[in-house]
Amino acid sequence: MATQEVRRPYPSPEREAADDGVALLRYMLLMRFLEERAMNLYRQGKVPGSFYDGFGQEAVSTGAAYAMAPEDRLCVLHRDLAAHLVRGVEPARVLAQYMGRAGGITRGRDGNVHFGDPSLGCVGMVSMLPDMMLVATGMAMAFKLRREPRVALTWFGDGSTSRGDWHEAMNWAGVQRLPVIFVLENNQYAYSTPLSKQFAVDPVQRAGAYGFPGVTVDGNDVEAVHAVTREARERALAGAGPTMIEAVTMRMHGHAAHDDMRYVPPELLEEWSRRDPVERQERRLAERGVDVEAVRNEVRAEVDRATEEALAMPMPEPSQATEGVFCEGEAVPLGDGRPVR
Amino acid sequence: MTTYLEAISDGLREEMRADDRVLCMGEDIADFGGAFKVTDGFLAEFGPDRVMDTPLAESGIVGTAIGAAVVGMRPVCEMQFADFIACGFDQLVNVAGKMHYRQGLAVPITVRLPSGGGFSGGPFHSQNPEAWFMHAPGIKVVAPSTPEDAKGLLISAIRDPNPVCFLEHKHLYRRAKGEVPAGTYETPMTARVARPGEDLVVIAYGAMVHTALEATDDLDGARVEVLDLRSLVPLDEAAILDSVRRCSKVVVVDEANRTCAAGAEVAALIAQRAFEDLDGPVVRVATPDVPIPFSPPLEQAVLPSVDRVKEACRELLEY
Ligand SMILES: Cc1ncc(C[n+]2csc(CCOP(=O)(O)OP(=O)(O)O)c2C)c(N)n1
Repeated sequence: MATQEVRRPYPSPEREAADDGVALLRYMLLMRFLEERAMNLYRQGKVPGSFYDGFGQEAVSTGAAYAMAPEDRLCVLHRDLAAHLVRGVEPARVLAQYMGRAGGITRGRDGNVHFGDPSLGCVGMVSMLPDMMLVATGMAMAFKLRREPRVALTWFGDGSTSRGDWHEAMNWAGVQRLPVIFVLENNQYAYSTPLSKQFAVDPVQRAGAYGFPGVTVDGNDVEAVHAVTREARERALAGAGPTMIEAVTMRMHGHAAHDDMRYVPPELLEEWSRRDPVERQERRLAERGVDVEAVRNEVRAEVDRATEEALAMPMPEPSQATEGVFCEGEAVPLGDGRPVR
Repeated sequence: MTTYLEAISDGLREEMRADDRVLCMGEDIADFGGAFKVTDGFLAEFGPDRVMDTPLAESGIVGTAIGAAVVGMRPVCEMQFADFIACGFDQLVNVAGKMHYRQGLAVPITVRLPSGGGFSGGPFHSQNPEAWFMHAPGIKVVAPSTPEDAKGLLISAIRDPNPVCFLEHKHLYRRAKGEVPAGTYETPMTARVARPGEDLVVIAYGAMVHTALEATDDLDGARVEVLDLRSLVPLDEAAILDSVRRCSKVVVVDEANRTCAAGAEVAALIAQRAFEDLDGPVVRVATPDVPIPFSPPLEQAVLPSVDRVKEACRELLEY
């Protein structure tokens, strides 16, 4: 099962790599099937508001989140559903979240991907992009000053690099050499705005100007994203400071459900559909002798079960709409995620 | 006797000694000790990790403080002047303020805001931005007027599991003096009767408490109560309604710009919940809706003065 703990002694590094490969595929599939299901629920009128997905970008959140340890902390963005799944969020709660149900992670207080399960070490994003860059930077600051061997990571889009908070976070992380990883999901568009209207210099090149390396990786190759994030994490743990990873990918759907993305040339989508990250990992695993179809079936069954479970969850009580604005008890810090290995 | 400034310093120092999760972050606060010297000497005692000079980046200060807080720290952010919180507004309002409601995650940060005018600070160094944050759910707002309360409320703010804006009035830094208890203690986020009375109550907070006391000290023999709100969020509705019930006439004073100021909320509360207790209109004295001008005669023309408060009280007493 994709959400079960995989914790076995590994006979060899090759074996470990093979098992990781399967786990990586499972999380990508789980994200894809869950988002497909959510889109259906949206079309049935069961998802209020709008619906955003990360179709075609599954490798970025899967690979990066999978490289992080339970004690690390994550600020997860809107194309990164797999990160939540890797951390241990149950799929039914994700669907309940989309539908504004009481059993969703924010219990109906916030919609779509605006969530993070604090008990699993995740802070949910706010709409204002890229505000979470600074929150992740602050987590890393605390780790450093407490001398804890932990790392913070956040994702962000190409469009959000134009805002001031991006600069403040990059600069701060560089000045203090913090154990933080910034993952740029370069998916070619910010809503309808192409890269050419967003910046004159690619953000990954700018990383150097802030005093730390920027590396570009094929964002549709989940094992490559995983490997490069692992390296960045090692660097951070060794005290060498931040890394910015540019994962080059493509937003294959509209910005949100309402967007027909007529502004994207069809040839571009065609070209990127040949590089689909899920199919790519499936081909790779098939060559390694993995029964890919079995993995697919398992994940599909899991999403079906999750759907039933989520649909059975009640809507929140209107009388609770004004509760919980302030914390009345102790401030409980973020908890650990589920071990992935 | 301890000044308001020393009391803030003292409260911060004592709480840092008592709780090693507390750290200070701000511009020029370490070696330099802060623009107003609140953290003077802190670097030597607590070291650079806990007395952190930050880049000139207010959004960064608030945003990274949020990150540190959710992993277990108790950051105290210093804005060099309260005005600069405009540059950190988004992080405070959208990230910190909404966090607990959305995800049940507490954000225990304190944002120190040296606020207020009266010394030719001009449009960008004189503001009273408290109402911006009263209007944003999930943020507490406190504004002490005495050294004793400044120390106790700062400690309460740091220990509170929520984001707290701590308005410290610059004009009180060296002018307000008083006895301050040693050690750590918490001042509750409730109002305080600064002077009891029964003919009229002046409701104020921060520096305006002193203006109100001075204006009504000898007002043709009238016994004027002064209610010091101390906390704006939460607002001590019971204390306000109690004063109104006893005094029946109310003047509300804000140093902030008039529209939607804290006093407007107080006046609305009284209009709705204490209408029957009133013997006259609720009178407001506030700064008109203009940027705070630089030149002394202009600045004095807009900030609520002892004379303006006196005049408002006299008129209402005669009503
Ligand atoms: C500060 C801010 N302004 C505007 C928006 C509205 N908005 C939502 S997503 C988006 C595009 C974001 O593009 P990018 O950062 O590249 O991320 P992507 O959606 O492509 O993953 C915009 C403009 C926002 N969320 N935040």
